Amino acid sequence: MAVKKTKNINNPLILFLSKNSEPLFSKKNKALLSDPMDDNNPITVQVLGVCSALAITVQLKAAIVMTLSVIAVMSASNVIISLLRDLIPNRIRIIVQLVVVASMVILVDQVLRAYAYDVSKELSIFIGLIITNCIVMGRLEAFALGNGVWRSFLDGFGNAAAYGFILILVAFVRELFGSGNLLGIPVIPEFIYEMGYENNGFMLLSPMALIIVGVIIWIQRSRNRTLIEKG
Amino acid sequence: MNIRNTIDNLKKPFNRGEKWEKFAPAFNALDTFLFVPNHTTKHGAHIRDAVDLKRTMITVILALLPALFYGIYNTGYQYFSQLNVDYTFVDVMLHGSTKIVPMIAVSYIVGLAIEFAFAVFRGHEVNEGYLVTGLLIPMIMPVDIPLWMVGLSVAFAVFIGKEAFGGTGMNILNPALTARAFAFFAYPTYMSGNQVWVSEASNVDGVSGETILGMLASGDNSLPYQPMDMFMGSIPGSIAETSTLMVLIGALVLIYTGVGSWRIMLGSVIGAAITGMLFNLWGVNELMSFSWTNHLMVGGFAFGVVFMATDPVSAAQTVKGKWIYGLLVGLFCILIRVFNPAYPEGVMLAILLMNVFAPTIDHYVIESNVKRRLNRSNKPIVNIA
Repeated sequence: MAVKKTKNINNPLILFLSKNSEPLFSKKNKALLSDPMDDNNPITVQVLGVCSALAITVQLKAAIVMTLSVIAVMSASNVIISLLRDLIPNRIRIIVQLVVVASMVILVDQVLRAYAYDVSKELSIFIGLIITNCIVMGRLEAFALGNGVWRSFLDGFGNAAAYGFILILVAFVRELFGSGNLLGIPVIPEFIYEMGYENNGFMLLSPMALIIVGVIIWIQRSRNRTLIEKG
Repeated sequence: MNIRNTIDNLKKPFNRGEKWEKFAPAFNALDTFLFVPNHTTKHGAHIRDAVDLKRTMITVILALLPALFYGIYNTGYQYFSQLNVDYTFVDVMLHGSTKIVPMIAVSYIVGLAIEFAFAVFRGHEVNEGYLVTGLLIPMIMPVDIPLWMVGLSVAFAVFIGKEAFGGTGMNILNPALTARAFAFFAYPTYMSGNQVWVSEASNVDGVSGETILGMLASGDNSLPYQPMDMFMGSIPGSIAETSTLMVLIGALVLIYTGVGSWRIMLGSVIGAAITGMLFNLWGVNELMSFSWTNHLMVGGFAFGVVFMATDPVSAAQTVKGKWIYGLLVGLFCILIRVFNPAYPEGVMLAILLMNVFAPTIDHYVIESNVKRRLNRSNKPIVNIA
């Protein structure tokens, strides 16, 4: 879907709207935000980005920072690729996408190091590994290369937010039952420990994250039966 | 047939169209404990054996009883003998029972509640598989584990190990071992170390409750036990795993009735024996130089191989596959014991690992059979005359 060449070509808004007449949050555009949350969730339906969902969900704080970073990277790179989509030769599009994503990731990494050094150290390599997150490249290939800037932004934001939603959900369960904390603050009252309660060490191991993701998928599919593959 | 009539009367409100129709699976489950269901096949010529799943499960439970009773005895025996007080056989059994009966009760109540809930919710009959699992789970736990941990492990095993895959017969992992693995990784301080194997060891000074494998893993070879103790089972360990003799009696029951696969059992023993012998020759750490015959008798090897590796759902199904599966269970068991000091007992992880690979083994056994027969049929027939 190339930008429609209308007589309003001088209008700067043309960059951000595929059709002049369409409102910013039309029904179609809203679906870009809401679809990834349920029917088309990147983790639970497309099963992408599972690696990071296992690796950085021990603590809620890390998961939240990761979510924000991925939202920044995906929105920005979707917008940039969408802007460049008519200029990128088809045969080298992957490498162009890679360069764009890598630059965004480096930017995010530097910002984190400057303003949130502790978290950045905690997340260590995983911020850099956003480059390899299949969701990022997947949305660039599947959406940004063929859609307008505003829609691409919404798509990137929506998918990253939906990814982050699952990440935060898993991290919430793991931190609560694994170490009895939320955001590093003890939340399970002392008297429960005195009654014999123990933190669940299994929650701190990554297999448990996989099981939690599996349980989320189980719940989602028994709620929304259209997602179940026939076979 | 008076009992039959009474049950039929009680059953009325559960029949189709009546008010408690939804809870029929729960009632039928209780009914079929007493009577073989009177289903008949409607198509084709099938013979229904009176030995249905429930009767099979009861056979396994009978085979488990010697080990269970010895486990109760050993729990009390370990406790009193290390305290240096006078005790009688009744004291020993009483102490063991007060520890173990609540665990079995918790396991059955939690597990069956979840099974019944799923049966009612999904509208199918209650599966019998939990009868054995529910008894196995307490038998492979350390005696002092808090009851709520038993309950949680059971819930995890039934939810994630079984129902998530579709219920009895669909699970890829042995549910009892899933429960134990969950407890092992979730609450390691209650599942390993030297304080958990003898009841109340952590409250009483002077009780040393380290298992043999645990002592060896920490490099201590001054074992206070003779091979005869290991065979009879008067050693610390999980509740019912210690006595090789009682497990062997159970194995005989399983093999005689055809419920357990002797190929898997024998395969595992051969696999473990060969691996143990090779390590005996190498012998650079305590576990390697621990005699291979002792390796077969300590820890949960015998119990796991007889009662859990032979689980007909999660084990290999083909004849050749059973041999391969068994041999590898034995091999990995000794391998994990010897090379990973964090897991002095390897049989749980070995069986779970091979559960995962069982379908792959079966696949290649069947493929090779197909290939062999194709080759044979494609050969030109020379001396037809």
